Amino acid sequence: MSDINQLDDKTRAPVSQRPHRIEAGGEGIGANITVTIDGQDVKVPMGTTILEAAEKIGIRIPTLCHHKDLCVAGVCRICSVQVDGMRTLQAACAYPISQPMKIHTHTKKVRQARRHILDLMLSNHYGECYTCGRNGNCELQSLAQEYGVDFFRFGKMEEPIFEIDRSSHSVIRDMNKCIMCRRCVRTCIDLQEVGCLEAIGRGDETEIGTFMDKPLADVICINCGQCINRCPTGALRANDPTDDVWRAIDDPKKHVVIQTAPAPRAAIGECFGLEPGVPMTFEMNTALRMAGFDKVFDTNFTADLTIIEEGTELLLRLKQALVDKKGPVFLPQFTSCSPGWIKYIEHFYPDMLDNLSSAKSPQQMFGAVIKTYYAQLHNIDPKDIVTVALMPCSAKKFECNRPEMMDSGFKDVDYGLTTRELAKMLKEAGIDLPRMAKSDFDDPFGTATGSGVIFGATGGVMEAALRTVIELVVGIKVENLFDHANIMPVRGFEGIKYVELTIPDVGPVPDILKGLFDSWDFLKGVTVKVAVVHGTGNAKKVLDNIKAGGKFAECHFIEFMACPGGCLGGGGQPIPTTPEIRAARAKAIYAEDEAYEIRKSHENPAVLELYTKFLTEGPCGHKSHKLLHTHYTPRGKYIA
Amino acid sequence: MISSHTEPLTFSTIAPNAGLKAALSMKRSDLIAEITNSQLKGRGGAGFPTGVKWNLAAAAQADRKFVVCNADEGEPGTFKDRVILTEHADLVFEGMTIGGYAIGAKEGIVYLRAEYTYLRKHLEQVLADRRAKGLLGKNVCGHDGFDFDIHIHMGAGAYICGEETALIESLEGHRGEPRNRPPFPVDTGFLGRPTIVNNVETFAWVTAILVKGSQWFKSHGTARSTGFKIFSVSGDCDKPGIYEFPMGITVSTLLEAVGGLGAKAVQIGGASGHCVPAAEFERTIAYEDVATGGSIMVFGPDRDMLRVAHNFLEFFVEESCGQCTPCRDGNPKILECIEMLDHGVCSSKYLQEICELGETMQVSSKCGLGQSSPNAFLSIVKHFRNELMGRGL
Ligand SMILES: Cc1cc2nc3c(=O)[nH]c(=O)nc-3n(C[C@H](O)[C@H](O)[C@H](O)COP(=O)(O)O)c2cc1C
Ligand code: SF4
Ligand code: SF4
Ligand code: SF4
Ligand code: SF4
Ligand code: FES
Repeated sequence: MSDINQLDDKTRAPVSQRPHRIEAGGEGIGANITVTIDGQDVKVPMGTTILEAAEKIGIRIPTLCHHKDLCVAGVCRICSVQVDGMRTLQAACAYPISQPMKIHTHTKKVRQARRHILDLMLSNHYGECYTCGRNGNCELQSLAQEYGVDFFRFGKMEEPIFEIDRSSHSVIRDMNKCIMCRRCVRTCIDLQEVGCLEAIGRGDETEIGTFMDKPLADVICINCGQCINRCPTGALRANDPTDDVWRAIDDPKKHVVIQTAPAPRAAIGECFGLEPGVPMTFEMNTALRMAGFDKVFDTNFTADLTIIEEGTELLLRLKQALVDKKGPVFLPQFTSCSPGWIKYIEHFYPDMLDNLSSAKSPQQMFGAVIKTYYAQLHNIDPKDIVTVALMPCSAKKFECNRPEMMDSGFKDVDYGLTTRELAKMLKEAGIDLPRMAKSDFDDPFGTATGSGVIFGATGGVMEAALRTVIELVVGIKVENLFDHANIMPVRGFEGIKYVELTIPDVGPVPDILKGLFDSWDFLKGVTVKVAVVHGTGNAKKVLDNIKAGGKFAECHFIEFMACPGGCLGGGGQPIPTTPEIRAARAKAIYAEDEAYEIRKSHENPAVLELYTKFLTEGPCGHKSHKLLHTHYTPRGKYIA
Repeated sequence: MISSHTEPLTFSTIAPNAGLKAALSMKRSDLIAEITNSQLKGRGGAGFPTGVKWNLAAAAQADRKFVVCNADEGEPGTFKDRVILTEHADLVFEGMTIGGYAIGAKEGIVYLRAEYTYLRKHLEQVLADRRAKGLLGKNVCGHDGFDFDIHIHMGAGAYICGEETALIESLEGHRGEPRNRPPFPVDTGFLGRPTIVNNVETFAWVTAILVKGSQWFKSHGTARSTGFKIFSVSGDCDKPGIYEFPMGITVSTLLEAVGGLGAKAVQIGGASGHCVPAAEFERTIAYEDVATGGSIMVFGPDRDMLRVAHNFLEFFVEESCGQCTPCRDGNPKILECIEMLDHGVCSSKYLQEICELGETMQVSSKCGLGQSSPNAFLSIVKHFRNELMGRGL
């Protein structure tokens, strides 16, 4: 994808917040440089930072503003080190090595500087660790401990001075705890290309603010929560509904059901001291019942349902384009399961909303199905049902509060709970998750398919869709085309992936779609072009390419996820997040997929049953349109 | 208006365009060697050797390069660049053109302090005249293949935008904040291209050196600080104004010339410079002793040194770009300490803590602002401690 990345280098990130590196010089003479750190030699490629070089030989240099996902800032200065022959200390995270040098990481000067920098931060920080969401997982707190801070050298903030911004359904900002590391700013601009957070003011009045200092709910925030995951302190946090969820659980009149998305189970172990990448799916089912949830359902059920609905919608659009040839056809079709992505396109590309699939996200489909189909089946008054959604995502909190998400006649999903929040609830209930016995999901939705599981990783929706479309249209087993039905080209963490697949031959139209299609002949020989995009920064590149008539305009179907890595890197996942941690979570997700007996959405028996018993008009029929599909709001990026 | 120590005043004796013509007749490498040989150091304050800077930019490979004239002159007590631009703009533009030829740049930019907007019309006129005479534009001075033009960019009104990398950020339309260095502007400057940023006065001296020769320049000043320097003198003296002196003169010689004898202290180098007490007036003004970008503030016997420090720190608390911790959070702590001293509630122990904090800021701040903002306070504490303690009782 290098062509598009180069083509479109119009990032809005201020240059000071973009990486300034001397490019590594290949393998020639001078490409590698030996530096001495605390007396130890280490050979590194030119352009390696002092921090990276030190890491390589196991020397720890503290950092705060540095983050592996973000470009260099060099603003907190906690990583200062001394270099022979230089008058000033250097920021290890920001200094690219270009010549041999002698570096010292803990001289008197360095120790004094670090202590002072910490003392300064603490003097401007409203530190109330007991009541802080990041107590025990806070980079500032642990540095204070590491450096043995035992008094406030330069005083401390006695009273909060900023009002906490609780306007957003998703993200709460408490600037009294902000240490101005600007990770959130870089996340929002560089990674996500949103740019609703920026440093404003100068000197001691500098603060992280929004456009015109408006509440977060009133600016172009897409609720992705990526800033939360990268904030070193408790200054940013998700809007936590756990008190309300407990209240519902404690209320005997309420029937509280929880649906759990695939990404949290691949990560929640991290909150219980496990290495990243240990799946907790079935332990979590037991734990949730112990915590008091009446039913535990698998969101993958509606992930499979999404594939059927969204896949059918795609086939209909293709038919319209290739056979009917009338009316405007909106291709490529964009996926619609990531609510951060939805808000992004509503703000930044409101003229492209027609390309979005009208299918709701799996979370919202499930909410609607629970309060209709499930309520009928079990004869429960939907007003007594409380639906909780365990999600890796902060944007899901906004999504379930969208006014249009009441198609069951009630609020389809009552609460969006993040992975972090569930971990907190379980701990409060004294449940040590990794020690729980394994148990299955509850009927009538049962355990879903591997295709639902991989929704949690970037490329997962596409892989699931392709598995189903290939089998329904081509009429052969995916396994004949791809080993173990693993469609490798759409996997992996590359920001933008592009894949072409020619349909060699077509089979008969399966029963479930007979009402909509007579034959697949129109697809014979067609080369299906698809793309997979994660991180709204990458989405911007692709959307601009489409507008300019580039190669992505030729695509038929594009998966977009707001968060880097897809849902497994969502804004509600355990903190910290790094490329390595996300890779470990992805491994867990794909391993789970392989372990399932049924790995294709259209083979999910519970889904098929839903179509025979409830959505009797079939996919994209009247009832499914009412319950499972939605519409979007062109918001624009200019705020009143 | 420039009152000169050397008669006649150097800048008024330079024949127009002789320097540019001399430069264009030389090979680029010889031209840079001539500047290097003069040992001219940047007149904006930091004193980086101009020849070295130009050589680096000349060696860098790029499709475009830039020559930027730093006319942001924001250091309190400095007004020499304003005078040079008013009276000798041609010399400055000539120096920039020479710089363009030396490093292989086609584009020059003057970053003009917002408060100097009134000068813009005059400068545009000078530029237009130069274009009309073929001294800017295509084939400058008839030199085949050397195109160079200059435009003026108005500053953003912040002191920090005088720092060269913040200036470049501001030129690019961003918030004026210093960048991480390395890489340096000579390698990755404006629009990511090699860029030389020099002070107004530096460019004027380049022109003078090409006319009078590097040997002439080197024969003045000291071994490590060659040539002359323009000073902006203000404060408690009889003849405040603009002066030209050779580098390396003593503070007392300068005070005598400006009618400031009897001063209690002199602040050399503006708010970010050092405060020299009367006992040290035999020190020299030179890069190797007390360096300055040109600002000299004279404090008479009745000045309250704590107030002096207070004014400086108030300036820095506001003008810090707010990016890095030591400067953003450190300056207010120093200011707070000054206020505690004023009220007589600062213990010697806390004063010591704050002085150590000042030392931390000097070494760990990201840019020259935070690295130098504690200077004045630290030197006032060092030399006027008795005056600071025991107040407010
Ligand atoms: C806070 C700060 C403000 C500065 N302001 C100016 C200025 O107004 N004018 C100037 O020429 N240099 C200023 N400088 C120095 C520039 O960063 C840079 O060193 C200079 O423009 C280089 O030119 P020279 O080598 O010709 O002196 C400032 C530096 C700092 C740290
Ligand atoms: S942000 Fe960290 S240091 Fe601050 S109150 Fe929270 S846990 Fe404590
Ligand atoms: S939630 Fe996403 S869009 Fe909103 S401020 Fe954070 S990073 Fe930016
Ligand atoms: S809100 Fe958090 S991430 Fe943003 S600058 Fe403050 S401490 Fe850093
Ligand atoms: S030292 Fe001050 S002015 Fe310079 S980068 Fe840091 S905060 Fe900004
Ligand atoms: S971690 Fe290096 S400056 Fe912040």
